[in-house]
Amino acid sequence: MSNNIPCRKAFTARLTELAREDGDIFVVTSDARGSVTLDDFARTLPEQFVETGIAEQNEVGIGAGMASFGKKVFVCAPACFLSARSLEQVKIDVVYSGNDVKIIGISGGVSYGALGYSHQSLHDLAVMRTFPGMDVILPCDRYQTEAVTEWLVRSGRPAYVRLGRGAVPDVYSCREGSFTYGKARTLREGGDITLIGAGETLFPLLRAAELLEGEGIAARVLDMATIKPLDREAVLKAAGETRAILTAEEHSVHGGLGAAVAEIVVQEHPVPMRILGIPDEITVEGSSAEIFAHYGLTGEGIRDRARDLLEGL
Amino acid sequence: MNRDKELIIKAAEIRRSLLEIIYRAGTGHTGGSLSSADILTALYYRILRIDPRNPDDPGRDRFILSKGHSVEGLYAILADRGFFPREELETFSRYKSRLIGHPSVKVPGVELNTGALGHGLPCAVGMALAAKRSGSDVRVYCLMGDGEQAEGSVWEAAMGGANFRLDNLTAIIDRNHLQISGNTEDVMRLEGLADKWRAFGWEVRPVDGHNMEELISAFEKPAREGVPRLILAETTKGKGVSYMENVARWHHGVPSEEQYRQALEDLT
Repeated sequence: MSNNIPCRKAFTARLTELAREDGDIFVVTSDARGSVTLDDFARTLPEQFVETGIAEQNEVGIGAGMASFGKKVFVCAPACFLSARSLEQVKIDVVYSGNDVKIIGISGGVSYGALGYSHQSLHDLAVMRTFPGMDVILPCDRYQTEAVTEWLVRSGRPAYVRLGRGAVPDVYSCREGSFTYGKARTLREGGDITLIGAGETLFPLLRAAELLEGEGIAARVLDMATIKPLDREAVLKAAGETRAILTAEEHSVHGGLGAAVAEIVVQEHPVPMRILGIPDEITVEGSSAEIFAHYGLTGEGIRDRARDLLEGL
Repeated sequence: MNRDKELIIKAAEIRRSLLEIIYRAGTGHTGGSLSSADILTALYYRILRIDPRNPDDPGRDRFILSKGHSVEGLYAILADRGFFPREELETFSRYKSRLIGHPSVKVPGVELNTGALGHGLPCAVGMALAAKRSGSDVRVYCLMGDGEQAEGSVWEAAMGGANFRLDNLTAIIDRNHLQISGNTEDVMRLEGLADKWRAFGWEVRPVDGHNMEELISAFEKPAREGVPRLILAETTKGKGVSYMENVARWHHGVPSEEQYRQALEDLT
């Protein structure tokens, strides 16, 4: 469970291995080689590495131009900048023009903690998933990140992938079987309530499920790593087989994972739902862990909200 | 000289064709299409190594119309060169037509969807860089508007083009001095534009953008090793149609029947 390898590092290590075998894999970054952990890639594969300086619009445009030339392009930079500063380039140069570029947003969500709201990306899932044909993927640990990296190299479609900054506990025990594109993974079976998360909320969700078990409540836990296309079948199954659904995400409560799940639940199989995340306010100051705790995104916090939800039925 | 004369005749034909597209559809960006018609004609009938029968040939030269609103001239040329049937021009801006008011990659021969300004040059830098890194001799051309120079992303890409030593990249500015709100110098001062590009590390070639000989010679003169080129084409917005020249409201004006007849006369 304990681990000291951040997902961004797992991503670059695997991508570097794959790029050694495939000269068409290119990395484009904007003075973020340190924070993305691309030093090894840049040193060993300089011909496949492009540094644009601090210019995220140019970065994504260059990535799209290279992709249109047949390269497999990974644009890597902090999620807060890629999902806002260069959003129009993602919309037009990548999505609209049909260029297969992977947008890799590192240190996403509230990873940067006390660096403030400028460095947070709590809108990214909402906006990226409204772009037609854009995949949105949120890996939860180092193993799943490696599996996602392998998928991205062969997917042939544009994608937005958000990775966290710090090392997070392992949810999976190995790469194999940790990720299937467009499919949720059931991490825990249960018939009372379904807890759905992705990325860094999965670990607290699993903790909440354990605590609920102690209170006699059986919680199912789904890893919804692919936020788009969402696993509709898994959501409908949860709505049919459990009494309520709770989602938890490191994102605004508007427009992200919870909204994506609710779109299916409300229209196809209504059951009571709760959407946990960051409320509509400028985020409280603090470290990533403190921000999670402040908004109840902890095992205990999620347990309480799940219990309340079931008690209200 | 004779070959240039053919191009001059072709450019007049393209102007008539683009006006017909706009007149028939009742919509379009007239002034900027007319100002860029000679530049596009020089590129598509002399400079670009492209094959309409094989529009996706990996070895083709790339042209990006970053000032995407001047699409009518591009469509007139692509149809004339045989990238798609000429009759399709009649569908311009109609329901379900792929010929919409900005370039679309659904149209054979179009490399990038543009429409929002300041997007073409960064993508052109990416294409030229990919060509270099692939050992390909593909050349990349990107036409921008002068009003477009106010977009910050243009200058990010200008820095990148010089930084990556892209001597296979040619940017062109259609310097017609007018944008939708009026004179560029009143809206947001651009001068000295040539010095700005030189300061960013580009070789600037100022030309009369309506002089075919000057245009061709600027395009054909080899690039300096490791230096991207900017062709600063001095043009007249609405060029060729008497009552449209240098009038800002013809940015996207549509001629009446009488005005259309007059325009065709002017262009004969």
